[in-house]
Amino acid sequence: MGLTASSSGASSLKEIFCDNNGRRILLAGNPNVGKSTLFNSLTGLHQHTGNWTGKTVGRAYGKCKGCVGTTLIDLPGCFSLYSRSEEERVARDCLYFEKYDKAVIVCDASCLERHLYLAYQILEIFPNSIICVNLADEAKKKGVTVDISALSDFTGVPCVLTSAKKKGEEKKLISSFDKTGSYRPITYSEEIENYINDINSLLIGEGVTRTQARVMALRLLDSDGDFCRRLASELGIEESQYSEIKALSDNLIKSVYGGSVDAVSDNISSSVMSRAKSAALCCTKTEKSFFKSGMPIADRLLIGKLTAFPIMLVLLFFILWITIKGANYPSALLRDLFVKIEGLAASGLRYIGVPNVISAPICEGIIRVTGWVISVMLPPMAIFFPLFTLLEDIGYLPRIAFNLDRCFKGCNACGKQALTMCMGLGCNAAGVIGCRIIDSPRERAIAILTNSFMPCNGRFPMLIAIIGIFFANSGILSAIALASVIVLAVAVTLLISKLLSLTVLKGVPSSFTLELPSYRMPNITQVLIRSVLDRTLFVLGRAVSVAAPTGLIIWILSNTDIGNAPILSSLTSFFDPLGKFMGLDGAILLGFILGLPANEIVIPIILMCYTSGGALADHSSLSELSSILVSNGWSLITAVNFIIFTVFHWPCSTTVLTVKKETGSIKKALGSVIIPTAVGVVLCLISRAAFSLFS
Amino acid sequence: MIVKMSDLKKGESAIIKSLSNSSAMRRRLIDIGFSEGALVTLLCHAPLSDPSAYSIKGSIIALRRQDALLITVEKEDR
Repeated sequence: MGLTASSSGASSLKEIFCDNNGRRILLAGNPNVGKSTLFNSLTGLHQHTGNWTGKTVGRAYGKCKGCVGTTLIDLPGCFSLYSRSEEERVARDCLYFEKYDKAVIVCDASCLERHLYLAYQILEIFPNSIICVNLADEAKKKGVTVDISALSDFTGVPCVLTSAKKKGEEKKLISSFDKTGSYRPITYSEEIENYINDINSLLIGEGVTRTQARVMALRLLDSDGDFCRRLASELGIEESQYSEIKALSDNLIKSVYGGSVDAVSDNISSSVMSRAKSAALCCTKTEKSFFKSGMPIADRLLIGKLTAFPIMLVLLFFILWITIKGANYPSALLRDLFVKIEGLAASGLRYIGVPNVISAPICEGIIRVTGWVISVMLPPMAIFFPLFTLLEDIGYLPRIAFNLDRCFKGCNACGKQALTMCMGLGCNAAGVIGCRIIDSPRERAIAILTNSFMPCNGRFPMLIAIIGIFFANSGILSAIALASVIVLAVAVTLLISKLLSLTVLKGVPSSFTLELPSYRMPNITQVLIRSVLDRTLFVLGRAVSVAAPTGLIIWILSNTDIGNAPILSSLTSFFDPLGKFMGLDGAILLGFILGLPANEIVIPIILMCYTSGGALADHSSLSELSSILVSNGWSLITAVNFIIFTVFHWPCSTTVLTVKKETGSIKKALGSVIIPTAVGVVLCLISRAAFSLFS
Repeated sequence: MIVKMSDLKKGESAIIKSLSNSSAMRRRLIDIGFSEGALVTLLCHAPLSDPSAYSIKGSIIALRRQDALLITVEKEDR
């Protein structure tokens, strides 16, 4: 996925500290209108973008380039300020309660009627806004043209027409930041307008503006009590006044709407909707001959009855095959490079007289392990991710969720879990955060707890290496094997989701809406280059921060004796019985245990255990790796169980911490550790039993 | 002809008449575009028959059958 180093590393878990002086501008709008793309081009930041609904979770802050003293805040997309889902609540609360100077409401030129519905909701609470009609180029292809000055006249606020993909469009937006307009408010039904006047006379003059009083009046009619109370306290309305105005609103609902809150909400929202419709009609021209309101042609295949699943499997196979094939040569190159570096370092340190007790840990510990991680991890990831990012940018991922939703519904889970699983293929921590797109807390918990079943970044190359040694020499067979592993992981995810929903997380399938965005042709070279560079930085960063220290520690453990043996071998023997029971061995278990910080270091640890950190020739070539493993007792069953345990074991520490943060529950964090481990142990035992049955 | 939105056949269009009373989903459906008077077209069903993709106000939205049952529409008579 196009998860960038900054958006998926630790920094994504923190919010960039925002300068409270200067101008603050909010970017709001429906999901998938190009807000984040605009945000990126305005700030030069690299928030994760992609062509599917729910891309941005949480807020992002950035300083606006080309505009002094202006901070931009990118909100998650929302359909409406009434919505109850988690991510939309973030947007709503931000719009109501944050301090900001201007709001830019981004709309899609092809669906103005829908998007102006949200725009008007925002304008009603914050008239000092700008409407940015984006994706004008795509609309043109569909035969839709927008007259932006007509829209500006109709709404009374500054409006800008942009095509986010084009260079330099953001200048138009920046120059609109200084404009102001005079917004024409919506007129509601007569009874409601009278009621608003009554509320106005009670509230105005107590430091509450006309707009604020209006908003308070309307929210009393259509929003829940908690929100109204919060709004009232923000506006400085006292308890006694609040009871007065609450009584007025209750009275109106009873007398005019027969006590039905639904009826009055509908009335209010239909006033907003009809204004949005008129606004869209006055500025949009559609050429009937061009306008394709039907399915995009590609969808006939991608979600077609007979073709959808085969295409998904074939695509998976292809991406994996290209990854495996393409990674071979660069891996070999990097491997040779690091062998040379280690050799140079060793002789260099020896030359300047550094004692062996210092140079050995550096060369055989730090450099060797770091070199292994980089040469094995970097090439596959630098290929896989750009490919997946392309798929993401084109808009294929929601189609995957569309195809698989029935399976998830059958497990009482949500189809959007398919999307979070895709994110998990990149990084499980990011996948957990991505679960915010699932509305129902129960289904979100299921998605979070099973996310680590999808092998992430750090585990892919492990799988590729072991498959390459024990199962398949050719790229094609390896790709098929790896694709099968992933299909197995998906199947187990569904099974465990079902189990969870029948036991600890009981409930019925909730409702689910998914937007299928238009297909977009991404700028291929730009995506590839940016993604490759980004992945490289990410891997190098992880190598330095996790692999290097681990190499040192493992070297120390294997060269320090307690009793008669090095610590490392004592630990290995300690875990051996349990390991053998599972069809693995002590070194493998130790590798996984010590690999808690990052899965990338599991195999280096195992190798260190086998070779006692001792003198080794080139140990990172597949043939060398194979001979070490085989001479240490690895057979087919070991390899199979290793693969099983790699996919099904506790998540890395970053993921566990993220689960704790996202769910706020230590129990769930523990669950995220225990569940995959339990599944791994059980599957290893089953596999071991199957092997002994058949051999 | 008045039917439930889930009864539409592939390619058929209809005008939304009303949404039945089920608070949380109802608001969600209205906000996402399935409001009274809007023109909706069933584009296709998923390969496993659920959910279904509907064209509404210029966008394509997928809904499960259980939710499409909440919406009553009037088919355009040929």
